[in-house]
Amino acid sequence: MACNGSGCQSGGCYKDEDATCKQPPKSEEADSKNPSNVCIKCKLNDAVSGYGGIDDGRFCADCFKTNLFGKFRFAVTSNAMITPTDKVLVAFSGGPSSRVALQFVHDMQERAQRNFDASRDRSLPVFGVGVVFIDESAVLPIPSNEMEEAVEVVSEVVSSLAPPRKELHIVPIETVYSSDSGDGKERITKVVNTVIDPTGREDVLLCLRMLALQKVASEFGYNRIILGSCISRIACHVISATVKGQGYSLPADIQYVDARWEVPVVLPLRDCFAQEINMLCHLDGLKTVKLSTDLCSSINGLVSSFVALLQEENPSRESTIVRTAGKLTPFQFNRIPEIIDGNVPLATRRRQKRYNLKSNESVSSESFCPLCNSPLDKSEITDWSNIDSHRSSDIFYNTCCSSCRFQILPSDSMAMEQFYMDLPQSVVGRAKQANNGNLSLLREQIQDYLLSDGEDET
Amino acid sequence: MEGEGGERKRGARLCCVCKKSRASVKRPKTLEQICRECFYDAFESEIHQVILENQLFSPGERVAIGASGGKDSTVLAYVLSKLNRLHNYGLHLFLLSVDEGITGYRDDSLETVHRNQIQYGLPLKVVSYKDLYGWTMDEIVRVIGLKNNCTFCGVFRRQALDRGASLLKVDKVVTGHNADDIAETVLLNLLRGDVARLSRCTSITTGEDGPIPRCKPFKYTYEKEIVMYAYFKKLDYFSTECIYSPNAYRGFAREFIKDLERIRPRAILDIIKSGENFRISTSTKMPEQGTCERCGYISSQKWCKACVLLDGLNRGLPKLGIGRSRGSVASDNGNESKVEKSIQGKQCTTLDF
Repeated sequence: MACNGSGCQSGGCYKDEDATCKQPPKSEEADSKNPSNVCIKCKLNDAVSGYGGIDDGRFCADCFKTNLFGKFRFAVTSNAMITPTDKVLVAFSGGPSSRVALQFVHDMQERAQRNFDASRDRSLPVFGVGVVFIDESAVLPIPSNEMEEAVEVVSEVVSSLAPPRKELHIVPIETVYSSDSGDGKERITKVVNTVIDPTGREDVLLCLRMLALQKVASEFGYNRIILGSCISRIACHVISATVKGQGYSLPADIQYVDARWEVPVVLPLRDCFAQEINMLCHLDGLKTVKLSTDLCSSINGLVSSFVALLQEENPSRESTIVRTAGKLTPFQFNRIPEIIDGNVPLATRRRQKRYNLKSNESVSSESFCPLCNSPLDKSEITDWSNIDSHRSSDIFYNTCCSSCRFQILPSDSMAMEQFYMDLPQSVVGRAKQANNGNLSLLREQIQDYLLSDGEDET
Repeated sequence: MEGEGGERKRGARLCCVCKKSRASVKRPKTLEQICRECFYDAFESEIHQVILENQLFSPGERVAIGASGGKDSTVLAYVLSKLNRLHNYGLHLFLLSVDEGITGYRDDSLETVHRNQIQYGLPLKVVSYKDLYGWTMDEIVRVIGLKNNCTFCGVFRRQALDRGASLLKVDKVVTGHNADDIAETVLLNLLRGDVARLSRCTSITTGEDGPIPRCKPFKYTYEKEIVMYAYFKKLDYFSTECIYSPNAYRGFAREFIKDLERIRPRAILDIIKSGENFRISTSTKMPEQGTCERCGYISSQKWCKACVLLDGLNRGLPKLGIGRSRGSVASDNGNESKVEKSIQGKQCTTLDF
């Protein structure tokens, strides 16, 4: 019931009131001390402003750059993303984020090279860096002259970041097919055109892009792939994946490290905002390439607009989203596999132990969607005993996650079969692996009741 | 998979379920073109299926329906009565309303509930803020203004529902939260960084370890279908929005969900599925459940939120308990409120279940 008047004046209530009144407004005093446009860190230079992030108007250009690079370097060392013996491949799309990632990797390499040259014993080698640009002309309506111009800019950028020299791989996306088959372009066009849903089409492109990156990395001996994904992009992915029903697999995609692939994928700019990255490109005159791709009405596009709107309203919204999703349990593969190399610097090993406490409770998942490589929840893993058909395309269909089934795979069985035949071998191979494991298990269970080895159906 | 059905025969579309009657609606959930009778059957049987699969009720239980007079609770009362009769759940049903004391709004909506009481033959219990707390919302708004009054109302209403349920001596309370509400809550908890709520906002039953659990039979039911059902059945419901939060309905998240639904109707169920599949890291600290020292109701703090707010009101310090727990300057507080308001969804903190 209601608190009566006399009770209100008892000790507890009075204490609360006292504490509230006596609290000094410290932040107000702090604000008044500083002139409005001086860098709060070095107190010397004028603060830069206009990029709209949390720290807008607080730092000068130099301190701003130092902070941003510091976030990058901290992410790299804390998660063992790059070690001296590594050979890393930077995925460069021409956009601002991957451009900054490339620049920062170069800065690190350049510094490592100087240290190597200066040291007497030369015990620590310098990590190698390569750059890959994926040409998606086959599946996107990009004019050829625009693509040629983009390739030229990319080549110019990469060659300017020397020494140390970096190999550049310009790769058409149809290389996800074997090099011996000459119809890769035709097949990939068919695959993409079969997907009717605009969101599904964007997502299947994402899958193919990762396949292409993995292929380049494997062929040329890279052991890390670096993506330029920043907080803003990850926040959009968090909401998009939630909307697509991928809540189970979502944490797999947003950690610093993703080692479910043959070559681990790392996100060193995970703690940087898009606004900060754009500002850095502006300050340092970093060249970027903007290819003309029209935003269609997809879930991904809608989510991007939504998150951008929220970010305008509240500059810390994106980091709140990523921090919240960061509290979801990661998977076993969300960290660099155990380091056996004794050459790893002690500082890196110490920090790795400190910041990877979550690894003990990671979830080890056994099944993945062959199309998007997302871990599958138990409820999504097909009960094979109910499967009547033994057609490869039907088995593939049932192996995929529900999101891919809905927005990518054709619902018509004839179209599905055609789609299956046009898929790259690496995708098909993944499904067969999963399938073989399950079928052999079942066969063991029913071995006693089989009348013959032949499994013909009449 | 979802498919747009409907045969075309001399321009007349047939129901894709029964293939006999003329299709008169397109289901918002599946975009199927079906006749009215099949829509009723699908709507009711899906809710029945949800009740069975989740074992929401047991025979002989006393169940209170949170009744606001709005479409959700009205349809819930109607459908639950019907299913109780049809499938012999064996429940004793009651209507439970909360009178916030908002002139020109709640008194009109309560008239609707009184009519529902007669139409459906369900006993009605009304608990009011005035009786429980000594304050009406009109009085609270006069003291605190429009800016933060929704916080008071949401906190008080949640507890008032529990108190009313105690008075009725019921075993369970059901609320009319629908799929759109739950999907919106999942998103809001992601956007606000509320990890504790993120892990439980998709539960169809909450408070199972407490005295009176709450159930949401409409968890997978789309809001548009509830409106459609109410419209065709000509159910009597009240649809005016609260006068003290005229802009609350137009939150960013609510608009976003409507846009999503337009592009892909099943996105609402997909969001709920994601919410169900989120696995919160056990190293994340979660608030511990306890009881309030003053009133004995459930709380993770020494005093429950309702007692904190009420204490502030009674002491003439209404802003106590509003905003952050550490003292903050007025400008920060104002800014925070502005942000919270724009991001809030339908009926503000009604969604904080």
